[in-house]
Amino acid sequence: MARTLEKTQVMEGSRAIAASVQRCRPQVIAAYPITPQTHIVEHLAQAVANGELKAEYVKVESEHSAMSAVLGAEATGVRAYTASSSQGVLLMHEVLYNVAALRLPVVMTVANRAISQPINIWNDHQDAMSARDTGFIQIFAEDNQEACDLQYQAYKIAEHKDVLLPVMVCVDGYVLTHSYEPVSLLDQDLADQFLPPYEPSWALDVDRPVTYGVMLGPGEYLEHKYVLQQAQKRALGVIEDVAREFGTLTGRTHGGLVEEYRLDDADVALVGLGSLVSALREAADQLREQGIKAGVLKIRTFRPFPAEKIAAALGGVKRVVVIDKGYSLGSGGILGMEITAALAAAGVPALVDRFVGGLGGRPIPASTVVRAVVAPELPRSQDGFLDLKPEYLGEGD
Amino acid sequence: MPKVIAPRDPKEWSLFTAGHTACAGCGQSLGARLVLNAAGPRTILVNATGCLEVFTTRFPSSAWRVPWLHSLFENASAVGSGVEAALKALGKADDVNVIVQGGDGGTADIGFGSLSGMFERGHNILYVCYDNEAYMNTGIQRSGLTPFAASTTTSPVGSEVLGNTTGKKDLPAIAVAHGVPYVATTTVAYPKDLEKKVKKALSIKGPKYIQILVPCPLGWGHDTALTIRLARLAVQSGIFPVIEVENGKLTSVMRIARKVPVDEYLKPQARFRHLFTPAGREELARVQALADANIERFGLLGARAG
Ligand SMILES: Cc1ncc(C[n+]2csc(CCOP(=O)(O)OP(=O)(O)O)c2C)c(N)n1
Ligand SMILES: [Mg+2]
Repeated sequence: MARTLEKTQVMEGSRAIAASVQRCRPQVIAAYPITPQTHIVEHLAQAVANGELKAEYVKVESEHSAMSAVLGAEATGVRAYTASSSQGVLLMHEVLYNVAALRLPVVMTVANRAISQPINIWNDHQDAMSARDTGFIQIFAEDNQEACDLQYQAYKIAEHKDVLLPVMVCVDGYVLTHSYEPVSLLDQDLADQFLPPYEPSWALDVDRPVTYGVMLGPGEYLEHKYVLQQAQKRALGVIEDVAREFGTLTGRTHGGLVEEYRLDDADVALVGLGSLVSALREAADQLREQGIKAGVLKIRTFRPFPAEKIAAALGGVKRVVVIDKGYSLGSGGILGMEITAALAAAGVPALVDRFVGGLGGRPIPASTVVRAVVAPELPRSQDGFLDLKPEYLGEGD
Repeated sequence: MPKVIAPRDPKEWSLFTAGHTACAGCGQSLGARLVLNAAGPRTILVNATGCLEVFTTRFPSSAWRVPWLHSLFENASAVGSGVEAALKALGKADDVNVIVQGGDGGTADIGFGSLSGMFERGHNILYVCYDNEAYMNTGIQRSGLTPFAASTTTSPVGSEVLGNTTGKKDLPAIAVAHGVPYVATTTVAYPKDLEKKVKKALSIKGPKYIQILVPCPLGWGHDTALTIRLARLAVQSGIFPVIEVENGKLTSVMRIARKVPVDEYLKPQARFRHLFTPAGREELARVQALADANIERFGLLGARAG
C-alpha cells in the first residue's frame, strides 16, 4: 500500500503550513511581507525557486495588490493563494468583499495579529474579526496540525460548487506560526486524491466573452447579497462533509463547525476560538478537579456562524463563559455577542458571561480562565477585560 | 431617419457595441472602441472603476464583446497582473492580449502604486489611460492629470484662486523611468495614430503604456460636437504632445503643421472661461508658456529632437 501520511516531524508552524499549501498545488501566489505571516510566503517562494512548486509567484507592492492579483488569477481560472496578517488584512479590506462577491474560491492564511495603533505584532483576533462581514468563510485552527490540515480542506470547501466562496484560514500569529510542534503532512498522492485539480465555474476566456463585475442598482443589489448569504449557509453543511471526508482519509478530525470537549454533563461551558481553546481545555480539567463540571465548546468555524449547532451544544449548560480576542470598541467582545444572540434566538436559558483577553499577545493561561469562572466579579466590573494592570490605567493620579 | 448600417457577419461587428450609456460627445467611449477594435477579439480587458466602467456595464447590458473584468478603482493593474500570471500558469500567455484600462484618476492617483508595481514587475500588459483630466464619474473633481488653471469642482475659481494651481503629472515620463519599453500618447482626433500605437504596443513583450486624451463635454464644458476638434487643437497648440518613446528613446512626435495659439483650444471650454477675463490674463500667458515649453521639449515644430 502507498504511504499516505508522511512521518510525524517537529517543524515550525509556518514551515508546516507552507508545505501543506505547496501540496495543494496553487498555480499563482501573490503575497506581501508582514509579521508574523512572512515565514509562510518565504517558504513558498523558496519552493518555487527550487522548482518544487510549479507556480507563478507575483511579488506585489502591497497587500491590496496581493488580494487583487489573486482575484485576477482566480478569475482567469487557476487556484491561487495568499497569506497576510493585521494591517495587511485591513489594507485588503475592500478587495475581500470583491473576491467573495465574484465567487472566487481564494484561500488566504491569516497569521492573526493585533491592529495598530499602538503598533503590536503579537496575536489577537482583531484582524480576522474586521473581515467577518466580507463574505469570506473563516475557520480557526487550534494547533499546527489543524492549521496544516485546514489548508487542504479550505480549498475543497471554497471550490465546492455549492459554496464558491473564499476561505480565510485563521492561525494565531507566533503562538502557532512560530512554534515548533509535531505535525504530519499528507503524502502528495493523498493530497491530490483529496483535492483534485481546480475546475473553475467561470473564467475569463476569449472564446467565451463574458462581462464580470458589473454595476447593480437598487433593483438587483439586494438579491445579489441574498444569494451570497445562501452560499454561506450551504457552506455549513459542506464544511462538515469536508472535515468528515478528511477524517476518513487521514484519521484526523478537528471538528467541522464546532468541537466539544467534556461538554456532555457540563454545567459551565468555556467558549473560544483558535489556540486559546487548548487553554480552555486545560481550565476545564482544572475546574473539574475543583468540583465544577466544566466543558469546552471550540468554535472552529466563525463564518458562516454555526448558530444552531452552538445552541444545540450549549442547550444543557447553566452558564456559558466566552473569552474573546476580538473587540468591537463601543460595544463588546464579538464572539460573545454572537453567542449571546444565538442562544437567545434558540431560547437557551444559559447565563452568558463575556470576557475579553489576550489582546496584543497577552497570554491567557488556564489559571486566568479558571479565575474568570470562579471569581468573575472583578472582570465583569471592568467591561469584561481580563487581567487588567491598574498601573497602566492612569487612574487615581 | 438615419439608416443603421451593420456588417452582416457578426465577426465584423465592433467589439465595443451599443448597450452603453455614455454622454453625447464622450471622447472616452470613442477611445475605448478604437483601442479594442485595434486589439482584436483575443483580448482580456481589466477595467478600473470610473465613467467607462459605469456607462458600459449597467446590468443587464454590457458593451463588451471580449471578456471583461472590473474589481475596484485602484487595483486594476494588480488584477491585470494576476490575470497575466494565471495565463502564464495555463500556458496561454502568448495567445491572449491583456489590456488594463482606467481613467486619469484611477491611473495617476489612486491606482498609481499598483500601476508602478505592474510596470516594475514587467508583466506583459498594455495599460491604457483615458485622460479626460478630472474625476468625471464623481462629478468633475481635480486629479493629478488636471491641467493648470482648469476649473473643477474641487479646484474652483474664486476671488483668491483661478482654478487648478498645479500642472499635469508627467505620467509618460514616469512610465519611461520604470523602463517600460513602449510609452505613447495620442488623442481621439487621430484614430489611425491610435490604432497603430495599440497594435505596435501589443506586438512588444512586457509592460506598455498609452495615454489617450479624451475630451469630456460635461466636464470640460464644451459643445458635444467639438470633441474631435478639441482633441486636435490640444495637439496643434502644443498643450498635449503626441509622442512615442521606445526603450527610453523618443522615436516619434506628431508634428504641428500650423501652430495654434492656446486661446483657440481653451475658449470653447467652460473650465477655462476665467482665463478670458481681465483677472485671468497672467494665467492665460502661463498656459501659452506651458504649451511653448512642450513644443520646445519635444521638437514639435522643428527638426526631430535629439
Ligand atoms: C476607493 C475609492 N475611492 C473613491 C471612489 C469613487 N470614485 C469612483 S470613480 C471616481 C473617479 C474616476 O475618475 P477617473 O479615474 O479619472 O475616471 P473618469 O470617470 O474620469 O473616466 C471616483 C473618485 C471609489 N470608487 N473607490
Ligand atoms: Mg478622468
